[in-house]
Amino acid sequence: MSTEKQLFTVSVYTENNIGLLNRISAIFQRRHINIESLNTSPSEIKGVSRFTIVVYVSEVNMKKIIGQIEKQVEVIKAFYHNDEDTIYQVSGLFKIKSDLLFEERQIQNIIKESGARIVTVNKEFFVLEKSGRKEEVELLYRELSVFGIMQFTRSGRIAVTKDEMKISTMLAAFTN
Amino acid sequence: MQTQTITSPSDVKKETIRISGSEAVVRCLIEEGVQTIYGYPGGAIMPVYDELFKFQDQIHHVLTRHEQGATHAAQGYARVSGEVGVAMATSGPGATNLITGIADAQIDSTPMVCITGQVPSHLLGSDAFQETDIVGISTPVTKWNCQVTKAADIPEVIAKAFYIAKSGRPGPVLIDITKDAQFEEFDFSYTKCEKIRSYNPVPKCDDQSLQAAAELINNAKKPFVVWGQGVILGEAEKEFQAFIEKAGIPSAWTILGASAIPTSHPLNVGMVGMHGNYAPNVLTNECDILIAIGMRFDDRVTGRLNDYAKQAKVIHFEIDPAEVDKNVKTEVSVLGDAKENLQKILPLINENTHEEWHQQFKDLYTIEYDKIISKDLHPTKDGLTMGEVLKEINTNTDGKAVVVTDVGQHQMIACRYADFKESKSNITSGGLGTMGFCLPAAIGAKMGAPEREVVAICGDGGYQMTIQELGTIFQQKLAVKIVVLNNDFLGMVRQWQQLFFDKRYASTEMINPDFVAIAKGYYLNARRVEKREDLAEAVQEMIASKEPYFLEVRVEKEDNVFPMIPSGASVSEIRLD
Repeated sequence: MSTEKQLFTVSVYTENNIGLLNRISAIFQRRHINIESLNTSPSEIKGVSRFTIVVYVSEVNMKKIIGQIEKQVEVIKAFYHNDEDTIYQVSGLFKIKSDLLFEERQIQNIIKESGARIVTVNKEFFVLEKSGRKEEVELLYRELSVFGIMQFTRSGRIAVTKDEMKISTMLAAFTN
Repeated sequence: MQTQTITSPSDVKKETIRISGSEAVVRCLIEEGVQTIYGYPGGAIMPVYDELFKFQDQIHHVLTRHEQGATHAAQGYARVSGEVGVAMATSGPGATNLITGIADAQIDSTPMVCITGQVPSHLLGSDAFQETDIVGISTPVTKWNCQVTKAADIPEVIAKAFYIAKSGRPGPVLIDITKDAQFEEFDFSYTKCEKIRSYNPVPKCDDQSLQAAAELINNAKKPFVVWGQGVILGEAEKEFQAFIEKAGIPSAWTILGASAIPTSHPLNVGMVGMHGNYAPNVLTNECDILIAIGMRFDDRVTGRLNDYAKQAKVIHFEIDPAEVDKNVKTEVSVLGDAKENLQKILPLINENTHEEWHQQFKDLYTIEYDKIISKDLHPTKDGLTMGEVLKEINTNTDGKAVVVTDVGQHQMIACRYADFKESKSNITSGGLGTMGFCLPAAIGAKMGAPEREVVAICGDGGYQMTIQELGTIFQQKLAVKIVVLNNDFLGMVRQWQQLFFDKRYASTEMINPDFVAIAKGYYLNARRVEKREDLAEAVQEMIASKEPYFLEVRVEKEDNVFPMIPSGASVSEIRLD
């Protein structure tokens, strides 16, 4: 197993409890590992939450961390995957002065080519939303930053895996 | 409560009674069979203490002199009895004072439930008087924790707490209850927790792993067992003994595994690790199959990992999947309950004696005996050794005592030389190395096993970290025997300074008080021994006493504990001097 660091997407299925985020992030903290991004949301199963955590670690350590995450009482199951095994996206929001949309014609081209979506437009500003790979959002940021961006934010990664995750079967087994 | 908990269906239609949250706390404890709890009252937990006063004929609250003492006492109680220890404290400083004991219980897998009071829920987050985020603070050192702000949640949370603390790999749980939840009335009923859907305490072992393990063991020329506390926690002592006897495997223990089988058992080849025995450490790097049972390859056991048992195939019997391959790569892992898996593997194992292999252990023991053990136990020099005190304690207790130790040189000596005859006889802080553990843990040990002799063996440093618990011993009239092996030094640190820091004894020498006078100040029988000719008689008097007894033994100031695997060295680089 590789001891070289690489990017992993960790998917954690959990009960929806106060404090669990703290418990999970502490496992990374104690090993001095920076979390690249973190997202929590409901999962495909009612009442079960899903954490999507992106970290840069070796696979050897990744396995150990997965064990320590799964050990937490309210964690149902944790998985790790590399980029090839997942379909993943991030989303970026750009708030830009409305004047620019009309004064800088190039902006319209950039928007068109990037596949970004205009979420709202008013007299003062418009908001662009761009989903895709992190690099694509970053490229758009670089292109737009020339003209001035009023606000920018990018979400953490969300990901689904190509393989099946047998959570429902596992839960059924626990319940019976 | 969002977690799906499953409680026993037969009890579902229980009658309810309308009571306060605080009364519910005490009733829940009684339902869980708790008879003794350790704690310290304060503002935010007062409603519960008021109920403890009313229920004092059913539940005995022991007032320790510091909340840390309450946790260690609960640990001592849990470790000798196998039951869950319970500690209670108020919010703020009361709660934070529990943390050392909780961390100790976490790393040493001790079942413990801690209950803390918290400021009323409307004040949470406002920096109220004695408010501290104890759930946040305790998260990394608890197996589970939970804050309760509604009385109606108390029964389910306490039921879960006991289930989680005791099941699988045990550990500490903390429940933080706001004061308003303690006052609030609700319709109470109690059902024990039997299952939590997200929690799988005992993983199942597949037959293939057992088969594979048995095959490796049967083909081994030089098999070697290292067992840990998992054998004791899993109550697998008999199954373990049957297994090693049938296969004829030399077996060594980690510090927390001590006493699972008698010290004198012919297959017991001693302790592994930094101050363990010579043979098991050296031969770790010669065995062909290393069978680890209920132990976790702590760095104090393995020394330098890159040179640890590299020639061997490793079989790991383990209840906690996160421990498998964490430090040492296994060939076969046997997940699950040690008792069950040892039972299952027994018929698959061939009888063997491995006589030649065993002889290697005996030969190395002789070297260790001549160079170290004989000098520790039968010294010819003037100064008293810690080892000879242990020898006297063995003689006078017939090896049947519960030996509770603190942390440092005396701890290593006690574990090396105590003659254990019964399981659950070695109560010590192994993983965390908590100085100050001994005295309060001895209180819990005596209450958890009142019929047994309990001997607390401390150094002069650790003793003074929780010395105030003499007050608890006096108040509870507990016949704990306390031995302070006094060398006026923080001996283990001094030893490292001597060996690795060119004898620069930075802040390790202690100018100590009159320990006998202090013990007498607490109305305890107390005596000091400075000469060899007085030792045997003094230990005899101490053990014969039916009351608490304090014995200070002035030992050689600058003795070292050997063998020793220096930090970062390999087990085969173990030093005899």
